[in-house]
Amino acid sequence: MTKTINLTLKVWRQKSPKDKGHFETYHARNISTDMSFLEMLDVINEQLTLDGREPIAFDHDCREGICGMCGAVVNGRPHGPEKETTLCQLHMRHFKDGDVLAIEPWRARAFKVVKDLVMDRTPLDEIMQAGGYISVNAGSAPDANTIPVPAETAELAMDAAQCIGCGACVAACPNASAMLFVGAKVSHLALLPQGRPEAARRAIRMIREMDNLGFGNCSNETECEAECPKGISITNIARLNREFFKASFFASEK
Amino acid sequence: MVLDAKVPGGPLAQKWDRHRFELKLVSPANKRKFTIIVVGTGLAGGSAAATLAELGYNVKSFCIQDSPRRAHSIAAQGGINAAKNYPNDGDSIWRLFYDTIKGGDFRAREANVYRLAQVSNLIIDHCTAQGIPFAREYGGLLANRSFGGAQVSRTFYARGQTGQQLLLGAYSAMMRQVTAGKIRVFPRREMLDLVLVNGHAKGIITRNLITGELERHAADAVVLATGGYANVYFLSTNAMSSNVTATYRAYKRGAFFANPCFTQIHPTCIPVHGTYQSKLTLMSESLRNDGRVWVPKKPGDKRPPNEIPEEERDYYLERKYPSFGNLVPRDVASRNAKAQCDQGKGVGETGLAVYLDFADAIKRDGREVIERKYGNLFAMYQKITGEDPYQTPMKIYPAVHYTMGGLWVDYNLMSTIDGLFVIGEANFSDHGANRLGASALMQGLADGYFILPYTIGDYLAGYLGEKVSTDHSSFKEVEKEVREKTDRLLAIGGKRTVDDFHRQLGLIMWDYCGMSRTNEGLEKARRMVRELRAEFWENALVPGNDRDLNQSLERAGRVADFLEFAELMIVDALARQESCGGHFNEAYQTEDNEALRDDENFCHVAAWQYKGVDQEPELHKEPLVFENVKLTQRSYK
Ligand SMILES: Cc1cc2nc3c(=O)[nH]c(=O)nc-3n(C[C@H](O)[C@H](O)[C@H](O)COP(=O)(O)OP(=O)(O)OC[C@H]3O[C@@H](n4cnc5c(N)ncnc54)[C@H](O)[C@@H]3O)c2cc1C
Ligand code: SF4
Ligand code: FES
Repeated sequence: MTKTINLTLKVWRQKSPKDKGHFETYHARNISTDMSFLEMLDVINEQLTLDGREPIAFDHDCREGICGMCGAVVNGRPHGPEKETTLCQLHMRHFKDGDVLAIEPWRARAFKVVKDLVMDRTPLDEIMQAGGYISVNAGSAPDANTIPVPAETAELAMDAAQCIGCGACVAACPNASAMLFVGAKVSHLALLPQGRPEAARRAIRMIREMDNLGFGNCSNETECEAECPKGISITNIARLNREFFKASFFASEK
Repeated sequence: MVLDAKVPGGPLAQKWDRHRFELKLVSPANKRKFTIIVVGTGLAGGSAAATLAELGYNVKSFCIQDSPRRAHSIAAQGGINAAKNYPNDGDSIWRLFYDTIKGGDFRAREANVYRLAQVSNLIIDHCTAQGIPFAREYGGLLANRSFGGAQVSRTFYARGQTGQQLLLGAYSAMMRQVTAGKIRVFPRREMLDLVLVNGHAKGIITRNLITGELERHAADAVVLATGGYANVYFLSTNAMSSNVTATYRAYKRGAFFANPCFTQIHPTCIPVHGTYQSKLTLMSESLRNDGRVWVPKKPGDKRPPNEIPEEERDYYLERKYPSFGNLVPRDVASRNAKAQCDQGKGVGETGLAVYLDFADAIKRDGREVIERKYGNLFAMYQKITGEDPYQTPMKIYPAVHYTMGGLWVDYNLMSTIDGLFVIGEANFSDHGANRLGASALMQGLADGYFILPYTIGDYLAGYLGEKVSTDHSSFKEVEKEVREKTDRLLAIGGKRTVDDFHRQLGLIMWDYCGMSRTNEGLEKARRMVRELRAEFWENALVPGNDRDLNQSLERAGRVADFLEFAELMIVDALARQESCGGHFNEAYQTEDNEALRDDENFCHVAAWQYKGVDQEPELHKEPLVFENVKLTQRSYK
């Protein structure tokens, strides 16, 4: 049966990228435990609007844990306390009456805060532009079944391909590295026969771009894996490293 | 005005080949001289942008989200159809064509649907080459599953995340073209109007959602790939930013809107549970492959499902439709669920739900097999409801999911405005009055990868050397109108939030223009929508200003358009005095309560022309001619 709880929220408010920003306190009353976290924020925003104040800006779209648009750090944890759960899929039944929640945007050198909880994650697109694809034009492909792929390989590739590009791994990493994100993409494509021809070049270019954009290095803290809402495994980083070293030693691409 | 669909002559199977030969080509050197605007980066827009750029055109790509990878298509779960016939179970291009046109209750254009079936196989080849990790058999070849409305297995899938994987494929192809310098991406932009120069679509006005600035963009042609309008119902399975604004504003500039009342209610969604709810979640139709739908035989039976013995359960789909069973098309499954609940047999707290039970499948195949097929869906269900579907049956109920209606386009995918092309869910073209599962992804990618890139060249070839710039007076005028509209929204200063209006509009549409419709209900809804629209412009409360990120203002603009568009849906529903597919008018039904078509009078596309707010739009009919299939009463028994 539906239960309700009361919470105190300390929410990061920042007018623009230049503004210094600060926490503001709000009281969330009679929150149904069946609500999602974002629905709880909707309720606060409706109230703020009616009170003549500016609602909290936050990103979201699918509200199904797949688009990667939502995300905030809740009491120090990207996407909140539940394992393998995006903020939009986090439900209020995981909180207790009287809880105090600090809610803030990802903190990472490569991501600027745009407003309140909204961040600029276009650097992740830029990493993809550096090589996160297989170069094939529409119309040129052979029949799909000409390249058999063992089912286990396809499953492993799919495990990596599930990354939603939310950037929580970057927020979780003490070095603000994007290695889990890059590892997921490189692994997904390198595991498949279709992706092999460009594997070396892809690994080198994506890592180089990541460095250029101000993301940090990986020092095996594994916080990224713990906070990733899609359960992307750090074995993907190991695979990325292998691809990278193989490429640096043997390939012409430097 | 006579609607000319420009369907090429000749036998059905040869039309597309022949047409491709007849289309004018643009030479590689000349492609470089053209710029094309593509609004939307879902499967349709993403694939179109990438392919046009591969061909050498310059592409400007726009989306509302912060990255093209996040378009609504990302959420598609179940799969994508193709006529590969890999399982050797009797599939063919003809059968996919026939199933699609029958599934659409014979309200789609034969030639378009046939072409869709023809190119379906190319999509699977291309996506596989892109590295989409489709499910595989142990021998390493591609796996298939079945979907509603078909008796063959032709659906390709990547776990329950097919849309995500296909979209990431199109997005990656786009990113490659960004690096090649052929695509410029404009994320966090909302197209607020279309700019015509001498009657041709030559640009758009967008709002930069970060800075609030209005921007002008000029091009040689404009492609809308802006998705469907299911959010007119407020609660739907669509992403929160899905809207009608781009297509509606194009409609106001002269593009005809076709079959707006054709909306799809999906049978398997998580039931509504509270007034604060912001959206509904789909449980993929693929679940009906293994899940069995049932309700208690006795109305008002409140026992928990595991205490209801087998003989007191009614597996009503299996009972009524022995040959298709749980895999009847969506409209049929949805109406049946509603009928059961109307008889008081609904389950759960609200009585607005039926069971989808996996106990037999788990017993037969083992938990591991079921987990591999549907693990992520089961996990999502558990997250939202707090119940474990491995232990207790899922509760499901129909929800608004997809819109078959959209801007009218000819065989070349061009609207009634020259140079304005419309692809994907945003157009009306291929699904008639009801879309079959796994065919929206197919259509979006067919349009974007394999159809538009040919047909747009035929249009552009005629305009080599013509240039428009954003200094043209049309841009100035349209921008001014957009600015005035924004100012008006911010100036209302009322007492009700935009969401509150949207929610009320949604309820009106769900009650009277939803799963089943009556003429009185529609008339009533029309009055209610008009009143609500009037109240909106007096009493809406839009905080903030227009020089900043202002999500309330974004929503206000979309809701203002929904408030006008909803009336067009109702007008269309009233004009179509028959039942077909997703449009079910209670006055027209068979003895078994199935939709009763009137082919004599309504075998046409209803395309509406804008005549002003509060004015009657003008109806234009495109007759549907069936030369290759016989119109029958759909039967899934
Ligand atoms: C939950 C769910 C599951 C589904 N599962 C399946 C399935 O398994 N198989 C299947 O075939 N179909 C499925 N569908 C249907 C299918 O996903 C959609 O029909 C399809 O993805 C639509 O693609 P699209 O490219 O036309 O539009 P969308 O993906 O909706 O993209 C619209 C794009 O337009 C942009 N846009 C919109 N308005 C503006 C504007 N004014 N200015 C700028 N940009 C704008 C958006 O930002 C976005 O980029 C599913 C749908 C849902 C809701
Ligand atoms: S690896 Fe995980 S945390 Fe990082 S972007 Fe992908 S889904 Fe998000
Ligand atoms: S809103 Fe899409 S992942 Fe959360």
